[in-house]
Amino acid sequence: MDSIGFGTQLFQYIITGITIGSVYGLVALGFNIIYNSTEIINLAQGDFVMLGGMSSVFFLTVLHLPLAISVILAVLFAFIVGALLERIAIWPLKNANQVTLILITLAISLILEGSVMLILGRNPYGLPYFTGSKTIFLFGAAIFPQYIWVIGISAVTVVVMNYFFNKTVTGKAMKACSDNPTSASLMGIPVKKMILLSFAISALIGAVAGAAITPSLLMEYDRGPMLTIKGFAAAIIGGLGSFGGAIVGGLILGISESLFAGLISSGYKDAASLAILLLILFIKPSGMFGKK
Amino acid sequence: MSKNFRNGLFIAAAALFSVLLIAVNGYSKKSTYVLGADFSISGRASFLGDPEAKTVRLLVSEINEKGGINGHPLKVIIYDDEGNTTKARLNVERLIKRDHVIAVLGPSLSGISLAVVDLAKRYKIPLVSAAASDRIIINPKTGKTRKWVFKTPQSNALAAKKIFGFMKKRGITRIAIITITTGFGASGRTQLIKYAPEFGIKIIADEKYGPKDTDMSVQLTKIKGTNAQALVNWSIGPSQVIVTRQWKQLGLSKQMLLFQSHGFGDRRNIKLSGGAAEGVYLPLGKVNIGKLLPASDPQKKPIMAYIRNYEKRYHKPISSFGGHAYDALMLVVHALKAVGPNKAKIRSYIEHTKNYVGMHGIFNFSPTDHNGLTEAAFVMVVVKNGDWAIAK
Repeated sequence: MDSIGFGTQLFQYIITGITIGSVYGLVALGFNIIYNSTEIINLAQGDFVMLGGMSSVFFLTVLHLPLAISVILAVLFAFIVGALLERIAIWPLKNANQVTLILITLAISLILEGSVMLILGRNPYGLPYFTGSKTIFLFGAAIFPQYIWVIGISAVTVVVMNYFFNKTVTGKAMKACSDNPTSASLMGIPVKKMILLSFAISALIGAVAGAAITPSLLMEYDRGPMLTIKGFAAAIIGGLGSFGGAIVGGLILGISESLFAGLISSGYKDAASLAILLLILFIKPSGMFGKK
Repeated sequence: MSKNFRNGLFIAAAALFSVLLIAVNGYSKKSTYVLGADFSISGRASFLGDPEAKTVRLLVSEINEKGGINGHPLKVIIYDDEGNTTKARLNVERLIKRDHVIAVLGPSLSGISLAVVDLAKRYKIPLVSAAASDRIIINPKTGKTRKWVFKTPQSNALAAKKIFGFMKKRGITRIAIITITTGFGASGRTQLIKYAPEFGIKIIADEKYGPKDTDMSVQLTKIKGTNAQALVNWSIGPSQVIVTRQWKQLGLSKQMLLFQSHGFGDRRNIKLSGGAAEGVYLPLGKVNIGKLLPASDPQKKPIMAYIRNYEKRYHKPISSFGGHAYDALMLVVHALKAVGPNKAKIRSYIEHTKNYVGMHGIFNFSPTDHNGLTEAAFVMVVVKNGDWAIAK
């Protein structure tokens, strides 16, 4: 087989960048949902991704359920875990300040990692590909079917979330809480319930991303913190609190990392993504789509 | 009367028992030899430290069942550094200063070993590392062998030479390399670049990735754009599985052969690669392929015994890494048997050990070679039908 040309290479870098970027985007989206209703930075967001991947593995390999059911159960499980964690750790602290709450999310992250390690061990795990492993070649660039799944699932998640927050009563109520919790509660919106829901939905989105990437990128118990950092960077780039911004921020981060690794040096790609984060903070501290 | 008789009997029995107890105690009154070990049992490198600690525990109980070392019971204090350099330093200092151990085994990782080697020198205590980098035993600044430090894993240089020798036989002259940015990967990269010209091999692409990276398709695409005949990946952990999978998925497998470092030496990697590992070449220590060795091989018998006992106790297959800990512990045990618990004498004894048959090769140490292995300690292996096979 012939070696490939520069155009094809560039195309390949962008495809990889979009895939990785949509995962960052989903983590950023989860950040924003919680941030909007509580102004907490949830440092366990990356661990929700890990939880989604690892609980899929658990349902598939330990309970021997079919792949599709395992993934659905894993996502539902994360939804419940997210709600439970809020109820146990955040809810009882009525007047705690933000810093305390953020530290609690750090504790949640450690608890999630620790419990997954105890149950499934420290080894990395994979899942079967959702639809076979046959690579599709487009203009000479290889597209893994699993990557199409990751991108597609991200897109669907964004559309569903958009619909939920703009068209449904519950979604609108959650948005109202983020705009002004006092007025929202005066209008009869149960603010506390909305916060509970925001944790559950964030965990669900994280788990969706986790289940989608595990077949091709594997998953292990300590994958969370790195994803938290990248997702946080994406949320900052896009503007903290903005849903569209989260996805755009994720894609910018993913594509620039991938292009930098491909065209300049693969050893310094994390430095490149941090440089972009700093650049955005210098030019527009509120992020690209952030509120002033 | 019968009551008195019973009491008397009881007293007699008690007396007899205490005499026996004193006798047994007197027999094992010889002081315990205490060694120390620091492994990465949990955390990112647990796949190294876990089998290493298990191997040491297995061997210690075997040695004590057979009456210890010249009648002295053996104890190894094992600490976990969790893959963390700071913890490793604290552990090793604690072993030396508080636990007063005779020698230190480990650490598991190259980077961490480099961070503790100066302690061995400062406190004049033999340290036998279970990590691969050559810089652990040779100070890269002075080029001199570190007096108190030994290591049992084959050097990266040996693995690089073994791979290049095999490539030369196959007529491969242009290769691409991809390495992880950790101590192990960086050392592998240095050795590959250093020895390639000796074998008439040109490195036409040199890519890297971070230890937490989960996608290497960008680097591999870049390599796909070259006309390399083979790709060498140098890493440990899940990244080598991802490289293997993407080598297949990106169609590189049709274009070039894939060589992995000896870090790939765990059957779990074949399984995790999900079929993509078929046809991957790597150099492996003989401990991994005990069953494939001819009966005439002097290593076959001890290796088969290790495999049997390890699997019996832990219900898990052995890995390459446990073998490194096996060699480290047994070298110290042999020295203890010969010269007793004297740190300087143990150091000198290990340095002059010849023809010691270990798990990973036949060791011949010298004052300038604190690894004691040659390329013969590696066998080129290919993944075939989901298992290792000796490559021809």
